[in-house]
Amino acid sequence: MTRPSVRESRDAASDVPRGERPRSLRRLAPPAMILAGALVIVGLSFLLPPFRNYQLATVGAYFCVTGGLTVLTGLNGQLSLGHGALMATGAYTFALAQNRWLSLPVSLVAAIVVTTVAGLVIGLAAARLRGPYLAGLTLAVAVVVPSVTSTFDEIFNSDQGLSVALDPPPGTIPVEQWQAWLCWAGALLSTSLLAVLVRGRFGRDLRAVRDDETAARLAGVDVARTQVAAFVVSAACAGLSGALFAVLAQSVSPGAFPLTLSLFLLMAIVIGGLGSLAGALGGAFLLVALPTLAQAVAEGTGSPRLEGNLALVIFGVVLVVVMLAAPGGLASIRFRRRRTS
Amino acid sequence: MTSALLEVEGLTAGYGAAPVLHDVDLTVHPGEIVAVLGANGAGKTTLLRTLSGLVHGRGRITFDGTDLTGVRVERMVHRGIAHVPEGRGVVTELTVDENLRLGGLWRRDRADARRALDEVYDLFPPLAQRRAYAGHQLSGGERQMLALGRALVGRPRLLLLDEPSLGLAPRVTGQIMALLRDLRERTGLAVLLVEQNVRSALSVADAGVVLALGRVVARDRAAALSTDDDLRHAYLGF
Amino acid sequence: MSQFVYLSFDGLSRGAVYAAFALALVLIWRAARIVNFAQGAMAVAAVYAAYSVTAATGSYWLGFVVAIVAGLVLGVTVERVVMRFVDHSSPLNGVVVALGLVLVIQGVLGIVYGNEFRPVPTPFSRDAFEVGGVALLSRYDVFVFAAVGAVVLALTLLFTRTNVGLRMRAAAFAPDVSRLLGVPVGGMLTLGWALAAAAGSLAGILVIPTELGLHPTAMDGVFVAAFTAAVVGGLDSPIGAVAGGLVVGLLLSYVSGYLGATVAPMAVLLLLVVVLLGRPGGLFSTTTARTA
Repeated sequence: MTRPSVRESRDAASDVPRGERPRSLRRLAPPAMILAGALVIVGLSFLLPPFRNYQLATVGAYFCVTGGLTVLTGLNGQLSLGHGALMATGAYTFALAQNRWLSLPVSLVAAIVVTTVAGLVIGLAAARLRGPYLAGLTLAVAVVVPSVTSTFDEIFNSDQGLSVALDPPPGTIPVEQWQAWLCWAGALLSTSLLAVLVRGRFGRDLRAVRDDETAARLAGVDVARTQVAAFVVSAACAGLSGALFAVLAQSVSPGAFPLTLSLFLLMAIVIGGLGSLAGALGGAFLLVALPTLAQAVAEGTGSPRLEGNLALVIFGVVLVVVMLAAPGGLASIRFRRRRTS
Repeated sequence: MTSALLEVEGLTAGYGAAPVLHDVDLTVHPGEIVAVLGANGAGKTTLLRTLSGLVHGRGRITFDGTDLTGVRVERMVHRGIAHVPEGRGVVTELTVDENLRLGGLWRRDRADARRALDEVYDLFPPLAQRRAYAGHQLSGGERQMLALGRALVGRPRLLLLDEPSLGLAPRVTGQIMALLRDLRERTGLAVLLVEQNVRSALSVADAGVVLALGRVVARDRAAALSTDDDLRHAYLGF
Repeated sequence: MSQFVYLSFDGLSRGAVYAAFALALVLIWRAARIVNFAQGAMAVAAVYAAYSVTAATGSYWLGFVVAIVAGLVLGVTVERVVMRFVDHSSPLNGVVVALGLVLVIQGVLGIVYGNEFRPVPTPFSRDAFEVGGVALLSRYDVFVFAAVGAVVLALTLLFTRTNVGLRMRAAAFAPDVSRLLGVPVGGMLTLGWALAAAAGSLAGILVIPTELGLHPTAMDGVFVAAFTAAVVGGLDSPIGAVAGGLVVGLLLSYVSGYLGATVAPMAVLLLLVVVLLGRPGGLFSTTTARTA
């Protein structure tokens, strides 16, 4: 005992809350969640006009990837700026498979599988990196997408991208309504699986690794394995999301997956309250609602340059303000979620 | 007795909600060496950190007749207060010379800052031989010399010295204590000395205060403290 | 052979730019333990300011000066208004805030200037001199070397020979101790951000005319290359940043020349992965941890 108590006191003062659980998820069993969600979506899809249905579908497609990113960044503490690139992987795989076999289930599975493998590769590297190094590496991945599509242009057709062959919706269902069903089927299935995963031992390991790697290791958690697993799970979700975006746009191109997409996703989960799937849903909603709002403002003021850019500014300002307003940054955003949920 | 150089009244301070110091009173006169004694966790380091503004406190701190409340940490050297922190605070990435220069950078009187630097090299010949060494290449004793010398470059009137003997051989500790006495004689430097090593602290100090759990439990002349058997057993452990 | 010579000079010229930009990243990393992901966007903003001034006055050099000054101002603003209030309990906080700034700056630039690529002039010809039929380097390349060299020299002198530089280093290494010694640590941090942002702006105004032109996202690729350069050199090492910049510049030039320009970003990614996984701490340091 040679240290005065000052250090201990200081640690106690700056103590960060640990070990929270997303309790909101525990209230509803996944099957019930799926059923309730599906009922709401199907009901909504009959009420909404086509364009709103398209937006509803987009929220669903975003929800897949924000759910996965929440598990990675919120629960496991790994920051990825490469999820836009992973979505591109899913989207291109889907497009290529679809144009060859024209089978929606086959193409979706192919998209998920290929993106999962890509996620495994990045995750293996990511497990050895921390903080800004991981952010920098995944940023490099995000920026490399156009380069890949241009280098292998006989497959990916460089900047123009590929159009996606799609069967018409079954029966007389309007295409937007069909898209909404499809995207939300994917969203509800993937996020329910995530909910099941994070409720169990895996979720506990994720949080343990995030909060204190050394302590987690001492408690018998395989840190690297947990981190890779988090990346893989979250990549699978991004792949599905990318495929759904390919369905929505009926085309894929590198311009649809810019670096800003990855930044948007990050903003969505931070604002949604890192670490809860309900927050991921809120974030996905914002990703559609904010640009729509900005678009309305842009049209109202008659300034074409506001279009798109205003949304950037709003997203950026919100992200910065939320980060600065929350004492303790990301950790306290998680804390607040716990107390309110 | 001359008027006080440092006067602390009713000082309460700590980190966050729970205070570490409670209602501490303390006086240091010019040229006086006051030892702050007490067990681990008694609040000795916190006391020094509060005096130099690193920790926020409530109460009255007067230095040389002016109120120190709200004075920023980086202005304390301008008032004449030098703080050699716990662990010495040698910037290990910088050289000996750079560390020492840093101690005088705030001074307007550049010529005297240079003179003070030369005096420190005269005072500590080992430092003069290692001017270009990086801080991390020095031994513990040399680091303590460097930290002390760096404080002296600012020609302070009050030195807040936190555990100078920590990790040093008894012989080196003795040298440093002797140096403090010598400085006091020559320059009238007052010292507030935090020490675990009670014997060596009381050997050099004029007076002492004993802290326990953040409160002053005893204060007296050094000689009286070292002969007070009850106090020694209860708080000082020798 | 002649192509190899040409590509080498071209690579060094690009590398000089990456070096300046990587140096800016290292300056802020050392001072604040933040990798400034907004640096590219900040540099683009400074170049847009220069673009406006050059368009209004017809003077490249006035624009050049404005870019540097705008960089200084942006650096001060970002540090004082935003970064100062970031909580440092997790290294992710600073990264996320910087990314938020990227969105803000790119959005504002898009609103003010639009999202089309704008060509930016160079003050000197980019046609390469030929010696014995072998193209070596252009007047503009010489200008780039001179400008970056001057900045590296100036920063080296500042940090090693001046009292301000000593204060800045002390404040970065040991903030609390420095405050006890009367160093205005907050001011030094602001100064560090200002200098870094100015160096980043210099890199921006040098590199943007040689690529597709001015666009809110024009520096995204440069950021990745320079980040790679900084990692190659070790994020804590200014000399490493300069060396890393030249390495990355040469790599990009050779890959573009021999394999095609579209392959270059993949080569950078590959280099980044190899260095991050193979040489933790960078090629020029002995550190083993990669845990910021």
